[in-house]
Amino acid sequence: MKQIFVRPELCMGCRSCEIGCAVQHSKDKTLFSAVLQSPPPSPRLFVESAEDVKMPVICRHCEEAPCLNGCISGCLYRDEKGFVRRKKERCIGCWSCMMLCPFGVITRDKEKRIAVKCDRCHKLDLPACVNACPTGALQLVDLDEVPKEIRGRAVLSGTRAYKP
Amino acid sequence: MEKNIKEKSLDRATLSVLNVAEKAGVRTVWDRYAAQSPQCGFGETGLCCRHCMQGPCRISPFEHGAKEGVCGANADVMVARGICRAVAGGTASHGGHAKHMAYTLLKSARGEAADYPIRDESKLKAVAARIGVKTEGRTINEIAADVAKIALADFSEKESPLTWAATTVTKGRVETFLKFGVVPTGIDSSVAESMHRTTYGVDADPVNILLGAIKCALADYSACHMATDLADILFGTPSPVVTQSNLGVLKKDAVNVALHGHNALLSDIVAQVAGEKELNEKAKAAGAKEGINVVGVCCTGNEVMMRHKIPLATSSVSQEAAIITGALDAMVVDYQCIMPSLAGIAECYHTQLITTMPIAKIPKALHIEFHEKNAKESARKIIETAIEAFKKRDAAKIQIPDVTSTAYAGFSTEAILGALALVNKEDPLKPLIDNIVAGNIYGVCLFAGCNTVKVTQDANYTAMIKELAKHNVLILATGCASGAFARHGFMTPEATEKYAGEGLKAVLTAVGKAAGLGGPLPLVLHMGSCVDNSRAADVAVAVANKLGVDLNMLPVVASAPEPVTEKAVAIGTWAVAAGLPTHLGVVPPVLGSKVVTGVLTSAAKDLFGGYFIVETDPVAAAGKLIAVMGERRKGLGLSA
Repeated sequence: MKQIFVRPELCMGCRSCEIGCAVQHSKDKTLFSAVLQSPPPSPRLFVESAEDVKMPVICRHCEEAPCLNGCISGCLYRDEKGFVRRKKERCIGCWSCMMLCPFGVITRDKEKRIAVKCDRCHKLDLPACVNACPTGALQLVDLDEVPKEIRGRAVLSGTRAYKP
Repeated sequence: MEKNIKEKSLDRATLSVLNVAEKAGVRTVWDRYAAQSPQCGFGETGLCCRHCMQGPCRISPFEHGAKEGVCGANADVMVARGICRAVAGGTASHGGHAKHMAYTLLKSARGEAADYPIRDESKLKAVAARIGVKTEGRTINEIAADVAKIALADFSEKESPLTWAATTVTKGRVETFLKFGVVPTGIDSSVAESMHRTTYGVDADPVNILLGAIKCALADYSACHMATDLADILFGTPSPVVTQSNLGVLKKDAVNVALHGHNALLSDIVAQVAGEKELNEKAKAAGAKEGINVVGVCCTGNEVMMRHKIPLATSSVSQEAAIITGALDAMVVDYQCIMPSLAGIAECYHTQLITTMPIAKIPKALHIEFHEKNAKESARKIIETAIEAFKKRDAAKIQIPDVTSTAYAGFSTEAILGALALVNKEDPLKPLIDNIVAGNIYGVCLFAGCNTVKVTQDANYTAMIKELAKHNVLILATGCASGAFARHGFMTPEATEKYAGEGLKAVLTAVGKAAGLGGPLPLVLHMGSCVDNSRAADVAVAVANKLGVDLNMLPVVASAPEPVTEKAVAIGTWAVAAGLPTHLGVVPPVLGSKVVTGVLTSAAKDLFGGYFIVETDPVAAAGKLIAVMGERRKGLGLSA
């Protein structure tokens, strides 16, 4: 299964991911029509900062998803690919999901008065945010392969200090 | 990231107004900064380019991602081009300011600007003599017309170096500038050349681009110097005054008019008419028992503080606070550093925002255009508008912080030399030089620049001055640096007593007593607005010439601890070219390029003697500046 991983050390805080996400969730899915759309489309991930770290905060599509467990109206469900998605017409705006999400990535559509969240761009091979990231701070990784890659990085960073 | 209120400003008055703003739901620069955070790292490192329509491009500073823009420009080229354009922006601003002055002087000389008589004939003659205009047997207007024409000729491309550069620096500097091909031949043409060399497909050599930026910065220096000279000619050369600063200078029972921006052409005239009896009667009739109270904001506040003793209400990053007191009846602006947000904030209060310049309008502000021909008439209309606004005050919203500090201001080069002449009439520079040699004055630091939302307002200034004064460093200040020092009481003799090292205290006391102050000079010698950095350059040039050395050997440094504007980039760059180690307290957008960073912080030292020292910790920064002054003292064979 593929998931979006975040590498904060590579994030420049440029917010290209936010723009890419908003465009993908606009009517025509192009930047120029998206900026003219009213009300404007909103992103489903958010670049935040604390101290000197910047990073996009994004839905993890948790295996044991608090939002899904807490959804009382049957709006949130897990699709065939394993993504946590919405059946929009079922949302009653109780905000239980927002209350439960530990990442704060469920927001409110003020017009429709329903919850909004990442749909992992389920129709695309590469999610819009990952596609928009110019530095590789957002990466689509295979959960079965990525641990080996991380181990490789750990070896490198752990031994670099000892190089002459 | 939302800042804790204490992290926003060190100034009590500003903080109390920010508390009011928060309760009232009025958004200020600090809220907008929080909304902008995190800011884009490509911009922060200078790694983005929008100079053509094949872009926008950006270069990743990391392993992954593009290393060149579409045209092939690499990180070094992009960063260098960005800096060069920033210098051009600054030069265009100071150039616009100086050109405005030069046109007014010409009209004054031709009898077409009755409200702008020549007030300082001796300064006019001194400038004329310096730039080669004959004065003997000629009328003041004839001399002024020639000076104005030579000034205006400095804007377009000439076959010779800029008059205001060539006649105001040391011989050694002229040789250095010629050697590296950075002698400017026109102020506006330097801006145009910078725009040309940085447009699509022109200069792709980062070092050459930086030399272009330095050439443009020297044009900026010329514009600053010209603006200072012409302001003195038209409005008088400043001499020391004692006045008040901070938001407490606003008066509950007066029509409060704030002058904000840069050019004395507006502010001096408003200051002149504000004293007129008829207007004050009108103000009193409207219920303002104390009549009209004019206060300054930012650089133009410095101009009228020096020449009219007008108190400085606030500066720079806290300009919005003046309106949020609920007691400001009109804010009158010309150009530069005027936050567009003022219009929205003024709407929450009764304050009338008044724009005056054809190139600087703000929607929802009242525009009263200001011309040489009817300057005083426009100024009266502005004051009358303020009186009308006063009638609409909401008493419930008035919260003037009861905070003021005394400020000694107006130490022009002439005033400093005048004070020194009281110690040694034949050789005024001798006491200054003797004390530098003896180590009573360890070195000189010129503080310039702004306040930035990125640093707790005034925190860098106040921390640095305490360290430097303790080490007997003579402090000069201009622009919003003076605002910071004034607010915190550093522009007083008491500050000298409290913070100066023994050597410095003795010198400032001796000169102060000779000048009849009965005590020391203030710890900070306030030299004026940001164009008046040229005054500090004049003092340094005079000392260098007297010693027979060049500027890059003197223990003189500059610091912009809280810089914001493109003008600050231009000034910092000419300070470096002039040979001064120049500190920046905020990291400029250059770290994306090792080459540019290297040139600015190190290679520049070999070429010009000056270089940038980037240090965000103020105490560490002061330490670095003291070390540099020590190095230079050793170079001159003095005790370090």
